[in-house]
Amino acid sequence: MAVDIVLVKKLSKLMVTANKGDHFHQLGLEFTHMETGACEMRLPYSERLVGNPDTGVVHGGAITALLDTCCGMACASVLEDIGLTPTMDLRIDYMGVAEPGQDIYARADVYRSSQSVLFARGRAYTKGQEDRPVAHCIANFIRLDEEVLKNLSEQFRPFLDAVEIDE
Amino acid sequence: MSAISKACEQARAEWKPELIIEQIPYARLLGIETHNMGDELFFVLPPSKGNVGNPTLPALHGGAIGGFLELSASLHLMMTLPTQVTPKVVDISVDYVRPGRLEPLYALCTVVRQGRKLVNVSVNCWHKTRDESVATARAHFLVD
Repeated sequence: MAVDIVLVKKLSKLMVTANKGDHFHQLGLEFTHMETGACEMRLPYSERLVGNPDTGVVHGGAITALLDTCCGMACASVLEDIGLTPTMDLRIDYMGVAEPGQDIYARADVYRSSQSVLFARGRAYTKGQEDRPVAHCIANFIRLDEEVLKNLSEQFRPFLDAVEIDE
Repeated sequence: MSAISKACEQARAEWKPELIIEQIPYARLLGIETHNMGDELFFVLPPSKGNVGNPTLPALHGGAIGGFLELSASLHLMMTLPTQVTPKVVDISVDYVRPGRLEPLYALCTVVRQGRKLVNVSVNCWHKTRDESVATARAHFLVD
C-alpha cells in the first residue's frame, strides 16, 4: 500500500518551502499536482536561469533540477511510508528549446517500481505545447532499505503536521 | 557580434574563463568558478546554500550537480573550440554515485569526440579525490 497522498503533498510542499535560499528557492520550483505514481511541477521563467544571454533561453541545468525533483517525488509517492528516493541516474534529451519568457512545466510518472529501484520518466514543456515537449527524461531512483526509510519517516512526520495544503 | 561571442573570443585570447561566466546568468546563480593547472581546466562549485537540496545532511541538489556538470562541459567547449555560438545541449546522462556534500566540488571535462556539428563530452566531478566521483556525465552538444 502506498503512503497517504496527503502526506506526500505535505512533504513536497515542505521540501520546496522549508529551507529559505536553498536550490528550490533559487529556481522557484513549485509542485502543481501530486498523485500516487505521478507528479507535476512548474519552473517559473526567470532571467536568473538564462543559459544563453543571446536568446534568453533557460539553461538545461534548471530543467535537470526540475525533472530530477519531479521524477523523484513521483517515486517517493509509491513508497510504503513517507520518505525520499535518492537519484541513481538520469538522462535528458532536449528536443527543443523552451521559449524565453515562458514558464516550464513538468510531468513525471513512475512506470515500474521494483524491490531496489524505482523507474520514472518525465517530460518538460511550455503551456499549450504539451505535445511538443522541450525535454524528455528517464530517471532511476534508489529504494532505501526498510529500516532507513522508517528512520527517515520518523524524522519527517513531526514537521508534516504543521504543513497546510490545498486539498 | 553578440556580447557572449565577444566574451568567448576575449576569454580564449587571454585565457580568462570568468569573462564568459560573467555573461551567463545561470553560471552566476550556481556560483561556478574555474581553476587552471597546467593545461587542465578545472571547474569548481564552491559550497553555497543556494545549491542545497537536502538541508538535514546537508547535500547538494541533484539538479545543481547535473547543472554544474552540463555547464562545465559547455564552458569547456567555449574555451577550447573556436565556436562563435553557445553550445546547445542535445542530451545529457548523469550517474549519481556518491552524495554531493556541502564542500567544494571539482570537475574536469574530456572531449571524447569532436565532429563538425556534434561534440561528445564526458565530465567527472569529485570532492576530495578524482577517483571518488560524486557524479559523472556524458553529453552531446551542437556547436554549429
